[in-house]
Amino acid sequence: MQLTVSAQRGAVVVAPAGRIDHASAEAFATALQPHLDRCRAGAEALIVDMSGVDYISSVGLRALMVAAKQAEAQAGRIAIAALSPMVREVFEISRFDMVFRIYRSLDDALASEGAGG
Amino acid sequence: MKVRFWGTRGSIPVSLTAPQIRRKLIAALSGSVGRSLDTSEAIERYVDEELGFDVRGTFGGHSSCVELDTGGAEHVVFDMGSGARPLGQSFLQRYGAGAPQTYHVFMSHVHWDHIMGFPFFAPVYIPGNRIVIHGCHAVLEEAFRRQQAAPSFPVDFSQLAATIEFDRLEPGKPHAIAGLAITPKLQRHEGDSYGYRVQAQGKSLVYTTDSEHKVGDVDERAAFIEFFRDADVVIFDAMYALADAISVKADWGHSSNIVGVELCQAARVRCLCMYHHEPAYDDQRIAQVLQETRRFEEITRDGHRLEVISAYDGLELDL
Ligand SMILES: [Zn+2]
Ligand SMILES: [Zn+2]
Repeated sequence: MQLTVSAQRGAVVVAPAGRIDHASAEAFATALQPHLDRCRAGAEALIVDMSGVDYISSVGLRALMVAAKQAEAQAGRIAIAALSPMVREVFEISRFDMVFRIYRSLDDALASEGAGG
Repeated sequence: MKVRFWGTRGSIPVSLTAPQIRRKLIAALSGSVGRSLDTSEAIERYVDEELGFDVRGTFGGHSSCVELDTGGAEHVVFDMGSGARPLGQSFLQRYGAGAPQTYHVFMSHVHWDHIMGFPFFAPVYIPGNRIVIHGCHAVLEEAFRRQQAAPSFPVDFSQLAATIEFDRLEPGKPHAIAGLAITPKLQRHEGDSYGYRVQAQGKSLVYTTDSEHKVGDVDERAAFIEFFRDADVVIFDAMYALADAISVKADWGHSSNIVGVELCQAARVRCLCMYHHEPAYDDQRIAQVLQETRRFEEITRDGHRLEVISAYDGLELDL
């Protein structure tokens, strides 16, 4: 599981790539954890850029649910950006579109969640 | 072999309401505008071919009860939810009161929605009938007796005319009953529940309801894939959406359509039959979930096509 991390316009952007499935979900969760720990009240927003993800299974979604819960408990901000059309459908069918704020593009996410957004 | 569904609703029976029927009528009549429906054939064709099942029909409201018609002399039923009442009527119509029958009932567990139909299952009142209630719970007999004890019901269990036996099954091993090889499996549910895998006549059926799957539990997943392996039909508790099943409704003891598809895909199942429908869902919502689940199967398909259907009261499947 590749997780690219960057600071952009007052937000932390994490970008997983490939499939988030039974083989890779744990690695994804582990890589996400330190950024999640810093996602607290007053901190920069954490944006998960999903543009590089072409498949996500229930275990991958569970990792995102755990992330949403932790961010909420810490009063931090977390959002999802740039779902591929297929992953977007999976989010809708699993009702994960109700769990996160979802932006069409990373640009949209940064405009709303980044500094000054 | 045939599978007949007599009760497909989860947790509690529900019935259609007047406003819901009104909505169906308005939808049907609105769709008929401009069509020449001036013969009964044209009307029937319109209803059967043009209207969605959620408009022309209903998924129904009885709680869990499924019949497996093996074609043999002894009858096989899974769970005794409120669907057991129409099932009992159907048995009486088929065999009359004068021909004693043997019924094998396999119980997933003894939560109320799965036993409530038993006092209304007409064969229990007919002398000469033999009813064997199979299950893995130590409290099996107590649960059946207690629901008919005063002051909860007017007829005590001891007054039932049929011969009623209880048979404690050991999970994890096949049992030869009514011409079937039937294997119970422990499932995650408050007070435990058991799924059943049936092998007979070269076919396999899995009845797995009131079963929560902990997403991320590798061993549990592997065990269920093995239990479902190459089954013709898996009747699966798909009560919730995944996001609910693993958050607000975690530990409520039920599963989701997403996990059902994933497990059945991995086990190379032929047909996933969604079951134990959420009582808060109307027909439109269940039809929508079915459509979405078919789409999910399609976009995640990996070389194996899984047929996805949604159980309804009255559905009959050929195995
Ligand atoms: Zn139930
Ligand atoms: Zn239950």
